[in-house]
Amino acid sequence: MPKRTDIKKILIIGSGPIIIGQACEFDYSGSQACKALREEGYEIVLVNSNPATIMTDPERSDRTYIEPLTVEVLTKIIEKERPDALLPTLGGQTALNLGFDLFNEGVLTRFGVEMIGANAEAIAKAEGRDLFKKTVQAIGLELPHSAIVRTMEEARAARDEVGLPCVLRPAFTLGGTGGGIAYNRDEYDEIISRGLELSPIHEVLVEESVIGWKEFEMEVMRDHADNVVIICAIENFDPMGVHTGDSITVAPAQTLTDKEYQRMRDASLRIIRAIGVETGGSNIQFAINPDDGRMVVIEMNPRVSRSSALASKATGFPIAKIAAKLAVGYRLDELRNDITRETPACFEPTIDYVVTKVPRFTFEKFPDTPITLTTSMKSIGEAMAIGRTFKESLQKALRSMETGHFGLGCSRGDRFGTDRYPDRDEIIQKLVTPNPYRIWAIRYGLLSGMTLEEIHEKTKIDKWFLENIKELVDFEVEKLRTIKRLEDAPADLIREAKKLGYSDRQLAYLWNTTEFHIRRHRTDLGIVPVFRLVDTCAAEFEAYTPYYYSTYDGTIDETRLDPTKKRVMILGGGPNRIGQGIEFDYCCCHAAYALQEEGYESIMVNSNPETVSTDYDTSDHLFFEPLTVEDVLNVYERMKPVGVIVQFGGQTPLNLARALEAAGVPIIGTSPDSIDLAEDRDRFQALLRRINLRQPDNGIARDASTAKTIAQQIGYPVLVRPSYVLGGRAMRVVYDESQLENYVEKALYASPDQSLLIDRFLEDATEVDVDAISDGNKTLVCGVMEHIEEAGIHSGDSACALPPYSLSAELVGRIKEQAYALARELKVIGLMNIQFAVKDGEIYVLEVNPRASRTVPFVSKTTGIPIPKLAAKLMVGRTLDEIGFTTEPSPKHISVKESSFPFVRFPGVDIILGPEMRSTGEVMGIDEDFAMAFAKSQLAVKTMLPKTGKIFMSFADRDKPAGAKLAEQFHQLGFEILSTPGTAKVIRESGVPVTQILKVQQGRPNIIDYMKNDEVGLIVNTPSGPGARDDERKIRGEAVARGVACVTTLAAARVVVQSIHALQTREMDVRALQDWYKLASPS
Amino acid sequence: MAIAKLALENGLVFTGTAFGATGQRDGEVCFNTSMTGYQEILTDPSYYGQIVTMTYPLIGNYGINADDAESAKPWLSGFVCRELSRIVSNYRHTQKLEDFLAEHGIIGLQGVDTRAIVLATRSQGAMKGILSTTDLDDDSLVAKAKASPGLVGRDVAREVMPTETRSWSECNADEWRFLQGIQTSSHAKHVVAMDFGMKWNIARCLAETGCKVTVVPGSTPAAEIMAHRPDGVFISNGPGDPEPLTYAIDSIQQMLGKVPIFGICLGHQLIGQALGGKTFKLKFGHRGANQPVLNQLTGRVEITTQNHGFAVDPATLPDAVVPTHINLNDQTLEGLRHRDLPVFSVQYHPEASAGPHDSQYLFGDFVEMMDKHPVR
Repeated sequence: MPKRTDIKKILIIGSGPIIIGQACEFDYSGSQACKALREEGYEIVLVNSNPATIMTDPERSDRTYIEPLTVEVLTKIIEKERPDALLPTLGGQTALNLGFDLFNEGVLTRFGVEMIGANAEAIAKAEGRDLFKKTVQAIGLELPHSAIVRTMEEARAARDEVGLPCVLRPAFTLGGTGGGIAYNRDEYDEIISRGLELSPIHEVLVEESVIGWKEFEMEVMRDHADNVVIICAIENFDPMGVHTGDSITVAPAQTLTDKEYQRMRDASLRIIRAIGVETGGSNIQFAINPDDGRMVVIEMNPRVSRSSALASKATGFPIAKIAAKLAVGYRLDELRNDITRETPACFEPTIDYVVTKVPRFTFEKFPDTPITLTTSMKSIGEAMAIGRTFKESLQKALRSMETGHFGLGCSRGDRFGTDRYPDRDEIIQKLVTPNPYRIWAIRYGLLSGMTLEEIHEKTKIDKWFLENIKELVDFEVEKLRTIKRLEDAPADLIREAKKLGYSDRQLAYLWNTTEFHIRRHRTDLGIVPVFRLVDTCAAEFEAYTPYYYSTYDGTIDETRLDPTKKRVMILGGGPNRIGQGIEFDYCCCHAAYALQEEGYESIMVNSNPETVSTDYDTSDHLFFEPLTVEDVLNVYERMKPVGVIVQFGGQTPLNLARALEAAGVPIIGTSPDSIDLAEDRDRFQALLRRINLRQPDNGIARDASTAKTIAQQIGYPVLVRPSYVLGGRAMRVVYDESQLENYVEKALYASPDQSLLIDRFLEDATEVDVDAISDGNKTLVCGVMEHIEEAGIHSGDSACALPPYSLSAELVGRIKEQAYALARELKVIGLMNIQFAVKDGEIYVLEVNPRASRTVPFVSKTTGIPIPKLAAKLMVGRTLDEIGFTTEPSPKHISVKESSFPFVRFPGVDIILGPEMRSTGEVMGIDEDFAMAFAKSQLAVKTMLPKTGKIFMSFADRDKPAGAKLAEQFHQLGFEILSTPGTAKVIRESGVPVTQILKVQQGRPNIIDYMKNDEVGLIVNTPSGPGARDDERKIRGEAVARGVACVTTLAAARVVVQSIHALQTREMDVRALQDWYKLASPS
Repeated sequence: MAIAKLALENGLVFTGTAFGATGQRDGEVCFNTSMTGYQEILTDPSYYGQIVTMTYPLIGNYGINADDAESAKPWLSGFVCRELSRIVSNYRHTQKLEDFLAEHGIIGLQGVDTRAIVLATRSQGAMKGILSTTDLDDDSLVAKAKASPGLVGRDVAREVMPTETRSWSECNADEWRFLQGIQTSSHAKHVVAMDFGMKWNIARCLAETGCKVTVVPGSTPAAEIMAHRPDGVFISNGPGDPEPLTYAIDSIQQMLGKVPIFGICLGHQLIGQALGGKTFKLKFGHRGANQPVLNQLTGRVEITTQNHGFAVDPATLPDAVVPTHINLNDQTLEGLRHRDLPVFSVQYHPEASAGPHDSQYLFGDFVEMMDKHPVR
């Protein structure tokens, strides 16, 4: 059946800010959907609050709304746009839940909108634990024994029935938020009560523990003619008990016989039919008891998921694109397989390689939280690698992580990051309790003589996986380590090592030489990789899509080079982490688009399966490879690009720039020397002096005593940070010498080169971010962003406004002048980001990064100018005049960027903001008026600003006078103010009525009781200084758990007052980007 | 570990390590794209005379077990994979793959670039080859490969078909009984299966539909088959070129219209010929578990298991024969049905094993046909 003609306009909902459990995979799926449906002639209305996405590019859809993802806002958009259909299955759990809510609240019926892909009934069946269980049991499949509870009493009964340990899963929460494994009664009660609260329908599933069972996932697709295919089976390396997002996973399944696999396939088909997912992709999880093969169904996602993104990249089958086309009526057999062109999309991909995904964690950012992995997801990103064997792909995946490892062991990153060899107890502990270091613990276990059986006993990881690791360890010990120097290594041994996935870095470490020495030596021996195609069909058919991976297996290279074309290579950002995420992928994609427009072939190199950049449609040649010098050079040598772009992928490619340049790779755009000039303290200081710009007084220390001396000279408070770290890792404001003493060792340890940068901390300064673009002669400032939180809070965590909301035009003018001067001095070609601090009218340069910054997409979306795309054109030699970008944008509206934080995943972690970045994503609020734009940004991160009722205020002593003024403003807006004695006294003395309540440690009722009773709508609590007091932490923690808005800085509180006032006085309205831009254009 | 070599008639030689048996065997080199099911593939008699290359690189992971055999032994000439697993991890396994191959005298070759073999086969078509652990001289091996007989024009089904008639009642163990929703007949039908190298799961599926199954050698004449008073005759899969099997084509022709007939794979090709059609050799065949087939009667797509190097040319079939199934990858004929006579067949394997179960309804169709067309 061809596509439907009764629908013309389709609403697609995105997934909002990047959070744990919902990352760029939904930009990938949403972008594919927009493209696929527009190709078919449908009009697309897109809604997403996240500006750092390709899908929100205004040319991707007909109508693009960057607005908060709430039922109210969506209702307004539906009312305005009147779409015929809503596609809720491509924007993660967020979009699915919203679609479901819009249906349940009658909005879809009222406006005649049809839900396509999955209907409300199917969503209810798949997501409601009870219904799911009944549906699955009705078709003769087993689930773990379980009970659904809605109260503590029901929970106690269920505990006796199901037994401990058991798994607890709150219904309708994302990525298993609030779930966990209870081993004892206390833990059980604790998780149940948290789960009941977090579940929007207050329901928790209590489930038989199948911890240690083998875990599998099936990616299923169905069309409306009931054709069903399996795209990929994924086997988890980590058995049941660890969230699949936190597990190392492998495709295809490795340890199932065909009968066992087909049984699971049959079950998947029956489930998707019974649940009634009419069209599109679903993900179904199974557990298998390794002892007797008993198979149970764990759960189903009736939508495209993180695993489907992985499956798409692993097989080459574009699940999201096909899902979108199926939703509008196509059948699978009517759609072509892009890769083979000749064969239809109605088939099951078969692969002739092994894919390994490894999660990337960021526990170091949350030192107060245990590193244990459970059924609630905690990883921030992931890398995927492809090899001909599991061993090759695992080693490639491990070196894609950028955690100091270049494979399994044999690198400086050994020993859990310490110099100490782990003892038996530590190894056992790290084997028994799942944690991010378990893969290394397995290696140490084997090295220390543990048998495969022992390790299996402790980890329950399938022996087949353990055996493969053992083969690597055996090879290392018996072969590699018996050789002392490279010159003694036989060619066959080196070849074997490369086939097993060993990197040159590992061999160099073992044989005490340099990576380049190894490279030269093996290249002379003819030991070089070949590139193979990801072709969906194991080479049965010819493939036309240039999607490659490297392997040392064989001699046939399948890359095809057009000798008439010039090529440019773009290095991506690798796995997402805090400080480096989707923003950089956005830039890389734009670079690819720009190169195509300029007549170059683009070559993309990246290892992150969640991204749009690793879509085979984005670039002309896609290489799914680790971002290491070795792997990038391999691609370079084969593809011979005329230039390589390193400034778009974040810190990852920049870290490679020097080595690549030394190897003769032409880096285009700003030179690596300029990048170094901006990063090198002394050189940069000299530069600033030369052009008469100021920076806060500073110094570099390599030991504790120098640090003290420097701090004394500069004067406290000082900002201390380890050099060469990402996202303000271990950065801190230090107020006195005793604090410095406590902190200095830790900070030195966090720095790769053991040095600390110490700056004078500018208290109460305003921080300003500037993104500029330069062709080497002319520089244009694309955006000046004023931070809402004061300097000292990491720029990635701070909210900011574009254009500035309080800075004078004169000051903005001076800031721009400084930006031009810096661009000139650094000979920037491409993008540049500068952070300034403004205090008492004086401008200080905090940091300059001659590369794409985190704010580039935000600026692009606000101004309507695709900045990275323009920058890429400059990098291949065009000028600003040539590309017609000659005037600095000056939008009439104002955008506010707000950050989203993962605190709800890390109970016990304090939410106060500081110099160390901890946010995972961002949203944008856009309006004519700053206060409303800010209100939108808050709504978009689910901070519900109250319009009436009670608010709680508690200030640090130094904030009390200013706090009293704030209290007065809140009072005037009609709020009742609750306060603890100290703050209450100051407020009362200023003549504002206040209700004094007990401090948390004084007794009850206190603010926690008020929050639990839903009696308070906003917490304003400025921390009393570093090492915040316990009761403050408790208050903030409770606010996070209960979703009560919590403001921790005076600066933000002042803006909140304005925003609440705006919300009280006018309706929040919605407007498409296309309309904003029209308003801003001079005509 | 011993060195083994695979030489192709086009001069390509792949060197790896041997597992299983040692020695030297020639055969037609083919590839199978299934990611699971090597045990079923090894024991499928249709692979007689072939050296099978698995495109999935990691083989042997789950060993060999008692349930998954498709015949009493492996019949193929050789087995090639990228990496043989050093250990077995599966609760059902009873044996390691290499021991199974050694026991049955089959040479295994691992450590070679299997994708290169596939690429060569794809571009040049199925080639003759030789697998050896004894002769390691490339030129000599290539010469032997060239001189080997190949499969075209040979009646290799004779080599694998049984010599005796026997009755079959075995079904799959409950746990592995996948046949579902199939109406079993009110009374047990008697099916005589002509065995040209029949996979056991076909017989099991027939038995699971409630049929009484008698298995006769494929060379059994029609009169002898009809003497069993069957309600239906099944024509099995089997190895090689269907053309030389004139005796079987004759038998089928004699039974057409007299008794309901259902054929699979080679059986389909024989029925096609019996109905007046011709077969031809595909460039490199269909071997895998992901082949999309459109059922033209229902409009649904079935993901099927296939293993064939020859196909029926639909243009040569008389008008009375309706093409029912088409391969969506290359539009070749995958199934047919006679407009008037009770006979139908499919080129692919509805019994799957290894592969998806999308097409098992065909066994039900056969029972239904026997119900509708009682033999007088």
